[in-house]
Amino acid sequence: MSEIISKQDVQHIAKLARLHFEESEIEKFTTELNKILDYIHKLNELDTENVEPTSHVLDITNVFREDIVGESLSREEALKNAPDKEHGHFKVPRVIEG
Amino acid sequence: MDLLNMSILELKDLLEDKKISAYELNKFFIDRIKNFDNQVESFLYVNEKALEEAKVVDEKREKGEPLPEFAGVPIAIKDNMVTKGMPTTCASKILENFSSPYEATVVNLLKEKGFILLGKLNMDEFAMGSSCENSAFKKTKNPWDLERVPGGSSGGSAAAVAVRMVPASLGSDTGGSIRQPASLCGVCGFKPTYGRVSRYGLVAFASSLDQIGPLTHNIEDAALLLSIIGEHDPKDSTSADYPKKDYLSLLGNDVKGLKIGIPKEFFIEGLQSEVKESVENAVKEFEKMGCEIVEISLPHTEYGIAVYYIIATAEASSNLARYDGVRYGFRAEAEGLREMYEKTRSQGFGEEVKRRIMLGTYVLSAGYYDAYYLKAQKVRTLIKSDFLDAFEKVDVILTPTSPTTAFKLGEKSDDPLQMYLSDIFTISLNLFGGCGVSIPCGFDKQGLPIGLQLLGNYFEEDKILNLAYNYQKVTDFHKKIPEL
Repeated sequence: MSEIISKQDVQHIAKLARLHFEESEIEKFTTELNKILDYIHKLNELDTENVEPTSHVLDITNVFREDIVGESLSREEALKNAPDKEHGHFKVPRVIEG
Repeated sequence: MDLLNMSILELKDLLEDKKISAYELNKFFIDRIKNFDNQVESFLYVNEKALEEAKVVDEKREKGEPLPEFAGVPIAIKDNMVTKGMPTTCASKILENFSSPYEATVVNLLKEKGFILLGKLNMDEFAMGSSCENSAFKKTKNPWDLERVPGGSSGGSAAAVAVRMVPASLGSDTGGSIRQPASLCGVCGFKPTYGRVSRYGLVAFASSLDQIGPLTHNIEDAALLLSIIGEHDPKDSTSADYPKKDYLSLLGNDVKGLKIGIPKEFFIEGLQSEVKESVENAVKEFEKMGCEIVEISLPHTEYGIAVYYIIATAEASSNLARYDGVRYGFRAEAEGLREMYEKTRSQGFGEEVKRRIMLGTYVLSAGYYDAYYLKAQKVRTLIKSDFLDAFEKVDVILTPTSPTTAFKLGEKSDDPLQMYLSDIFTISLNLFGGCGVSIPCGFDKQGLPIGLQLLGNYFEEDKILNLAYNYQKVTDFHKKIPEL
């Protein structure tokens, strides 16, 4: 079975998904993902040149409501589950460039 | 008084006629949870206040105060629907201590009718799985054989009803997650048409596929619950603007002349012989009722899994981006923000969830979107057309729900692809978006339940409910309860 994605690809995807893997996990994921992608390639057996894509099964478009202020979570409720907060804000570690 | 096989309506009548108090009724089920759930492990959270809530109902009834229709009837909910006053974890470490500030629409609708929530039920983490083995907290067992899986991802919902620890539960179905565990546990599991039931408050996995539905031991209860939770919700912009229906009142019609389609692609190698036999016996029952059996083809069936694992994972990768440790849930220690995101998500999510996020991220990434996601959406159109063409010829489609009966714990958990392939019969319905139900139709030589699926066109819930109802009048597979 040819390799569809490499370990480097997997590391790149992990970065995009904000996931971190140890070296041993990267190996395992690479193998598993390759197996699944290989299976998925069976879709190439089908000619879909003139087929429209389906993103949603129902014919619903542009569901709008009137621009009127309605119910909303209070600040307290919104902060209720916060791992860290200060002065009514969510608090997170600083951004470290590098 | 055999409470175990009474329908919700019958329980309601007992309460209204004061033949049983709400306290006694809820205690009956809570005792069953206490007696059996240490073996089955279907509950993640049991509502300690349920008996108090039941007492309040009894007091009001004593005083002659007005009560909602189903006041005092217990129910339980899969742990991916948000509830106030009870945790919602989605069986994930990343939401282990999450207490939602708002309630799901379906929960509101049930509470308005007076139902008492007995607790939250176990599932595969974020609804990703077919065996309940992906829960971060416990592995629910199949009550018919405790060494086997109950199915997933609504495994807790199915097992709890099978053992009658609750008379009914709600689950969610994205690729078969209500129907497959219902089949493996010998109960009824209903997936409504996409958009029939509001997803507001259902923790999103794949937004174009997810639907909430009832798991019950008889089809009338499924019809009743569907009538309650099936309505347009302005808070869910994907919910259909389709009128509420009293599905119970639509049960009992004659099915003579109804056309049932049997898709040849579902009767293949790998189908357990007893499953085939049971489904064939069911077909004979439908013929006796005067239904016309028609062989049909759903030619793109074999591509369903590939399409699903692109679309569902892509949507999931987007929906699970919110779990970043910032506003709620687990947060890992870290020096900087980026590290916090990565550690939180890597430590908080289980393996299967990470696998699917990775797959989804890949198929949506620059350079691959056309080859994978767009391609999958086009094949989705072909699958949808298969169903629409079939429904020109037949009223309802009949298939086995699962190629096999319940497999052993650990049997498929090492091979993700093997696990995915077990969804082959349920997955295409979600891609099409129609309605479907799994009902018990037999047992294999080892006493494990077998289920059959009835699939219906958009908003034709009444057709499949009625057919199931007629079937349950002449069979009693759905009345059997596992011995623990």
